[in-house]
Amino acid sequence: MRKLLLLILLWGACAAAQEITVAAAADMTAALPQLVDAYTKKTGQTVKLSFGSSGNLTNQIRNGAPFDVYFSADEEYPQQLIAEGLVSKDTLYRYAVGRLVLWVPNDSPLDLSKLGIKVLLDPSVKKISIANPAHAPYGRAAAEALRHFGIYDQVSSRLVLGENVSQAAQFVESGNAQAGLIALSHALAPALTNKGRYWTVPLDAYPTLNQAAVVLSRSKQGDAARRFLDFVRSPEAIALLATYGFILPAEEHATGATWK
Amino acid sequence: MNWEAFWLTVRLAVIVSTLLIAIGIPIAYWLTYSRWRWKFLVEAAVALPIVLPPTVLGFYVLVALGSRSPLGRWWESLTGHTLAFTFEGLVIGSLLYSLPFAVQPFAASFGAVDSSLLRASASLGHSPAQTFRRIVLPLSKAGLVTGFALSFAHTLGEFGVVLMVGGNIPGVTRTISIDIYDQVETANYSSANETALVLLIISFVVLSTVYSLNRRPWVAGPWK
Repeated sequence: MRKLLLLILLWGACAAAQEITVAAAADMTAALPQLVDAYTKKTGQTVKLSFGSSGNLTNQIRNGAPFDVYFSADEEYPQQLIAEGLVSKDTLYRYAVGRLVLWVPNDSPLDLSKLGIKVLLDPSVKKISIANPAHAPYGRAAAEALRHFGIYDQVSSRLVLGENVSQAAQFVESGNAQAGLIALSHALAPALTNKGRYWTVPLDAYPTLNQAAVVLSRSKQGDAARRFLDFVRSPEAIALLATYGFILPAEEHATGATWK
Repeated sequence: MNWEAFWLTVRLAVIVSTLLIAIGIPIAYWLTYSRWRWKFLVEAAVALPIVLPPTVLGFYVLVALGSRSPLGRWWESLTGHTLAFTFEGLVIGSLLYSLPFAVQPFAASFGAVDSSLLRASASLGHSPAQTFRRIVLPLSKAGLVTGFALSFAHTLGEFGVVLMVGGNIPGVTRTISIDIYDQVETANYSSANETALVLLIISFVVLSTVYSLNRRPWVAGPWK
């Protein structure tokens, strides 16, 4: 009986020792698994992924979450963690500027190309999904964009808050909300791309969403974590991220992409 | 302490546990007295929410009852909105989620009523309905209160379903458990602590009430 108990405990404790764990903002839910697949094929290194809102993940890191690398949708959070000594400053890598889009399902009668964000004033829009501004960077960006266009007060009673930007996307994808302010990376992901259309919110309508990755100081596999981040900087990874709209504005012309 | 979320949650729990008295008694009655061979299947279905993750229920409310499904469209034509992101949606989700916590104590107490009393009542000319109302229900008071209190407390602590279908709207779907989650997410620990403590105390008081009602005489142990 004792041996059995011991075995069960060991079973729980044994995990692949060489694996690294990456915590990432919810806007990376589609892109990062692709990136990791490419990396694992190339190096044999396995990577475990954990997604959440950046505020949520930052909080988990503060409370000792066993992550090796952290991808944040807002550089502000890694900066706070640098100040607290929880992540290594020299590993900070800004890989893109996050883009906010207004997304509606295919069957929506709203004319996005003509009216842009003003379609939200249409009475057929009963619910507008955004991420929770309290702890999700895309939620803050969405609220700021609505204020920028002067329609926040008119639509605030119709906002529904996703726990993170993925959930906000799911709310509108499932048809429970009629429009959503979500991440471009979700609009471009296979799960959504054929189901709706989007309008890109201009970059000057909300504070810049600098996407940044860092290695945690506590990581027991700092070297493996750094090697993974080196891969994220490689042309191959940059090209892959660009297909999900993750690019730096300076690279926009170089890659031929235009998401303004 | 977010009082708006607090009273919203209390309102939700009172509505749900009251409705469950009305819905739960007929179900418990049938479960107790039916002689149908396949009754165990219904018993299992009623007990499902105890073991199913709330996410399963949340998923169904969101997708199977969403605006893309026939059922969701019917509801929308009736009320003008989908179930998700509304207080009614939370009520319906919670009714399913807390059903076994009401039905099981009800059925257990109905079944515990001495059958000789039921036969005596029938021989004195009472119809089954009269016997149920005059004999079974009064004798099952503790079970009824237990079911009410458990479904109340269970709804109070509901989280997964609300997180999935609520949309976190202040005053409509932001319940106290969601509020605590948000406070923790934003590292607002003192506020989370305050709210969590209130919820802890209420839950303890409710459960103490349940156990005091169902107090038994001391039971002898298997030792000498």
